[in-house]
Amino acid sequence: MIGGLFIYNHKGEVLISRVYRDDIGRNAVDAFRVNVIHARQQVRSPVTNIARTSFFHVKRSNIWLAAVTKQNVNAAMVFEFLYKMCDVMASYFGKISEENIKNNFVLIYELLDEILDFGYPQNSETGSLKTFITQQGIKGQHQTKEEQSQITSQVTGQIGWRREGIKYRRNELFLDVLESVNLLMSPQGQVLSAHVSGRVVMKSYLSGMPECKFGMNDKIIIDKAGKGGVTNEAGKSDLGGGGSTSGKQSIAIDDCTFNQCVRLSKFDSERSISFIPPDGEYELMRYRTTKDIILPFRVIPLVREVGRTKLEVKVVIKSNFKPSLLAQKIEVRIPTPLNTSGVQVICMKGKAKYKASENAIVWKIKRMAGMKESQISAEIELLPTNDKKKWARPPISMNFEVPFAPSGLKVRYLKVFESKLNYSDHDVIKWVRYIGRSGIYETRC
Amino acid sequence: MTDSKYFTTTKKGEIFELKAELNSDKKEKKKEAVKKVIASMTVGKDVSALFPDVVNCMQTDNLELKKLVYLYLMNYAKSQPDMAIMAVNTFVKDCEDPNPLIRALAVRTMGCIRVDKITEYLCEPLRKCLKDEDPYVRKTAAVCVAKLHDINAQLVEDQGFLDTLKDLISDSNPMVVANAVAALSEIAESHPNSNLLDLNPQSINKLLTALNECTEWGQIFILDCLANYTPRDDRESQSICERVTPRLSHANSAVVLSAVKVLMKFMEMLPKDLDYYGTLLKKLAPPLVTLLSAEPELQYVALRNINLIVQKRPEILKHEMKVFFVKYNDPIYVKLEKLDIMIRLASQANIAQVLAELKEYATEVDVDFVRKAVRAIGRCAIKVEQSAERCVSTLLDLIQTKVNYVVQEAIVVIKDIFRKYPNKYESVIATLCENLDSLDEPEARAAMIWIVGEYAERIDNADELLESFLEGFHDESTQVQLQLLTAIVKLFLKKPTETQELVQQVLSLATQDSDNPDLRDRGYIYWRLLSTDPVAAKEVVLAEKPLISEETDLIEPTLLEELICHIGTLASVYHKPPSAFVEGSRGVMHKRLPARTGSCNILIMSKLNSSLLSPQLGGDIGGSPAMGAGFGAAPTVMPASLNAPVGGGLGDLFDLGGGVGMPMGAYIPPKTVWLPAMKAKGLEISGTFARRAGVIQMELVLTNKAMSVMTDFAIQFNRNSFGLAPAGPLQVLTPLGPNQTIEVSLPLSTVGPVMKMDPLNNLQVAVKNNIDVFYFSCQYPISMLFVEDGKMERQVFLATWKDIPNDNESQFQIQDCHLNSEAASNKLQGSNIFTIAKRTVEGQDMLYMSIKLSNGIWVLAELKVQAGNPNYTISLKCRAPEVSQCVFQCYEAVLKN
Repeated sequence: MIGGLFIYNHKGEVLISRVYRDDIGRNAVDAFRVNVIHARQQVRSPVTNIARTSFFHVKRSNIWLAAVTKQNVNAAMVFEFLYKMCDVMASYFGKISEENIKNNFVLIYELLDEILDFGYPQNSETGSLKTFITQQGIKGQHQTKEEQSQITSQVTGQIGWRREGIKYRRNELFLDVLESVNLLMSPQGQVLSAHVSGRVVMKSYLSGMPECKFGMNDKIIIDKAGKGGVTNEAGKSDLGGGGSTSGKQSIAIDDCTFNQCVRLSKFDSERSISFIPPDGEYELMRYRTTKDIILPFRVIPLVREVGRTKLEVKVVIKSNFKPSLLAQKIEVRIPTPLNTSGVQVICMKGKAKYKASENAIVWKIKRMAGMKESQISAEIELLPTNDKKKWARPPISMNFEVPFAPSGLKVRYLKVFESKLNYSDHDVIKWVRYIGRSGIYETRC
Repeated sequence: MTDSKYFTTTKKGEIFELKAELNSDKKEKKKEAVKKVIASMTVGKDVSALFPDVVNCMQTDNLELKKLVYLYLMNYAKSQPDMAIMAVNTFVKDCEDPNPLIRALAVRTMGCIRVDKITEYLCEPLRKCLKDEDPYVRKTAAVCVAKLHDINAQLVEDQGFLDTLKDLISDSNPMVVANAVAALSEIAESHPNSNLLDLNPQSINKLLTALNECTEWGQIFILDCLANYTPRDDRESQSICERVTPRLSHANSAVVLSAVKVLMKFMEMLPKDLDYYGTLLKKLAPPLVTLLSAEPELQYVALRNINLIVQKRPEILKHEMKVFFVKYNDPIYVKLEKLDIMIRLASQANIAQVLAELKEYATEVDVDFVRKAVRAIGRCAIKVEQSAERCVSTLLDLIQTKVNYVVQEAIVVIKDIFRKYPNKYESVIATLCENLDSLDEPEARAAMIWIVGEYAERIDNADELLESFLEGFHDESTQVQLQLLTAIVKLFLKKPTETQELVQQVLSLATQDSDNPDLRDRGYIYWRLLSTDPVAAKEVVLAEKPLISEETDLIEPTLLEELICHIGTLASVYHKPPSAFVEGSRGVMHKRLPARTGSCNILIMSKLNSSLLSPQLGGDIGGSPAMGAGFGAAPTVMPASLNAPVGGGLGDLFDLGGGVGMPMGAYIPPKTVWLPAMKAKGLEISGTFARRAGVIQMELVLTNKAMSVMTDFAIQFNRNSFGLAPAGPLQVLTPLGPNQTIEVSLPLSTVGPVMKMDPLNNLQVAVKNNIDVFYFSCQYPISMLFVEDGKMERQVFLATWKDIPNDNESQFQIQDCHLNSEAASNKLQGSNIFTIAKRTVEGQDMLYMSIKLSNGIWVLAELKVQAGNPNYTISLKCRAPEVSQCVFQCYEAVLKN
């Protein structure tokens, strides 16, 4: 199991050091600094073995978090734990920075004592941690016996992510379907790989211990319903119609993973998504699709080398969705060779600039409606070099945001049941929003 | 108020000041002071001098302050054991506190204080806490047992904590169960043979129930523990798999990977024709792909594991090639791993896509990555024959870029392509020669020289090219020198007239002016060969080379099996067994995949190897295991062969005993060194195979050439063509001292798992001792498998001979054999090759013989012996023609010895 956990600043100075196991000595702290943080080369692996001691590290801005062990630990678990640790810290004091860590070091030690025991991760849900680890640190004394046992039963209980007795005057929930669409296209316009990785993020402000049921246009469910002649469950509480351009009824989901509140065995047997939600914001599920993706933009590059000292680049982008919808924050990044000496750009729409420090022409368009096209052309002048190595021609990448789900996913319903309290599914105010963003959206040129 | 100010106090006399503050009456001031102490401790300053003052602050009702003091105690108690006792009272008192959070805190902290005197006091509070009414305290106490065990294992056993811990597995609270499982698993690891976890169907059921209810971390503990269980049969295995599969949709990648581990392991036991088996295979792919959208560090862990899974079960991800395409801004460690998996998945179906990608990668920036991409193109060519041509042209394009390291890498792989497809792509040699000057890496130079030497007859100026290398002969690395020597000798044998001077020059350079013994020896051998018998030299130097294998970098199968049992862990990231990087007793136990249960064995064997296994007349597959079982039982009648190191004399006795009616003993090949001491940390293994009284024996000679004593020997075989497996443990009863040698004879059965090997009679063996596990492979003479009842009826022989299609007949020549047909027949009978009939036609003796293999395959033979002619002709007919080559080798070996 994890033998120790260290946090360093960018210089390699230790900010937090907590050792859980006897086999980890003080010198481990220095070994990591010398061999990894101060190493000259780029990091070649997130797992490093130094003198029979293994170091796992992740970086958040310029802060290094390192877990140390001498045993054959579950490596995936260690990384999951490090990410979780970052989430917990961020939810307590915001951004993970040297300043914030120094300001909260007592709190961090307290957290580390609670969420890692002898190197075994324990309950790390911020919802329940915040009930008894507070920045004031004095809460312990004023709790009644009932409160105390409520805390412990929540920390160890089956529903560790939600406490009892939550009350809201207005029961409300917000669903965000956030997708990132990834594309790798050949210069000839052939799709080399494309996938959507999506997340359903939910903000719930619901009283009591509500039981929720979430439904979407999952092909397996719809096909099953169609075959069995079962009436469409969506019924009156249909939340769909988010604005996807395609008229398709259902989507094939390659795979999905769920927040720990979702009953996995039920999903496995019936493919229904039922759960008691945590309070506030959390990620309900992640999913991935590869079939019938709506690619919001198509990039058509044309690069011509004119002699050894000049490049002509023309890039056309075409938007491919309903004309009534607007894409935003569009940015096209056209890489330029390292020996670029000057660039002239002409674009029909938006603004384009050559950024020498980034070796790229950055073309920005604030808004663009569907089924439109725009074009940029640039002349790049090059310094003659005797470098034999050819320019690698990195792909042209794109960023954007569109108000629909490129996978075609639609929320069909989200039902809320709370048997003990006096509100029904109809009383809950529900909001749904779809946002499609570019992930790695690249076209080779 | 911010706490960062505590990090900045560095003035002199600080300790003294802190001491004063710690003893202050004001609570706030005290707390401030403790915080300063902790901050100093963090940055590595020694504040142990403040021990008594800090401990004095322990008696407080301020929980935050208490926690800080505890933190200090955990750090320094070991260096101040006597003063640490001062804290005991508070701990014991806190363990009785009405607040469960405080009780848990006390027992948690006490376990972290590694002072013997304190652990004594810990026992009573711990016992109470293990039975506490509050689950939070119980789950903390469960982990505390593991802590205590780490400090004093005996104490834990004496106090009966292990039993209490076992009881907690049935606790009503899932988190208590999970922590108890974690603690027990850890303790069990240091007692490999204890049946501590006592996994049985009932306890497994409890764990599976808790699995649905506990936190993500608890699920990982439980799944990792489940993976150590071996189900009784395929049905139990399936029912566990069914209850584990829902975990594949968990958001936590570690839960997913641990579930994959359980499934991969238990799947071994499922019959392949089961519907559920196919379903399971299909279910595994999507979650593995999803892992690739996790954060890069987790992607790396996932990719290292996928690399193992793809080697073990390629069918799972064979359609998912695209997801392993490299993204431009993937971290380099992710890129390199993806590339590895791409090559493993490359097949005829997707090769076009893969090649297009690889070509793209070869123009990237990172040198390592580019090199690997170029190498990958070469591997594709070797793996997928249809793509070879395209790969070669891609490589030529890359050579045209003139990027130095790309050119060199390309030349190295083109050499391998030449090896694999001789006489096919020589047209590119001209292009390669153009780049001769730019090669500065030894491997590339050696490859180029090899090409020039190998194709010297087609390169007009081969002599000039090689001569140019010769100028700086002494500055070259050994690799290049050796290659140059061989290449020039080849050139000489091909064009003797023009190159005499050159060859003399290189021979004298190698033999007279070099300090390198390898080079000198090779030089002398060539020299003598050339001067005594140029024809023989030609045969030796220009001999046909064996084919190179398609798959490179494959993990050795026994290791692969072990690593599959460690999916998700560091071992699977390093691709090394835990014993390679974990110190002490932990992790030394080697895990193995479960064996399939008997009932499905036959089916699997038949699928794997149907042509080999189906006996001669129809598909009566059931026969083979039954036969094997007969042999498996045999060793019990001959205990002497098990234990005593068998000397030559004793071996002869066995022959007499078993070989009634056999005119001569069975052929036993001479012992050869299978595992040189250099490769096995001082353990040298040599040996041979013998068949004595119907029992196949592996006769091993173990020599300890190391300085330390070797003990705990054990042996395992990988699956092999005829299901050879040890019929008993390796009997090395006494420790093997330095420079000691022991002879052991290991009886083998033929009921082990079957997998077709190449060559057919190849056997991969793992030998373990107290130092490490060593792997080697050896080849057994197939005559070991010839059974005693292999004499066929004449009529049956005739019918079978006619029945086997002529395509299955192969002819061989045995040269230089000076036996007459009578003697030959007798000699062969000693090895269970039975002569059924003899016919003499025009002075030529025709012997008809039959052989039966242990798996029921019959081989029929016709041997032609002509008086006065030392060359025999032999025709072999068999329904599984693959074995013919091996059988022929046996004939040759038996007749010539």
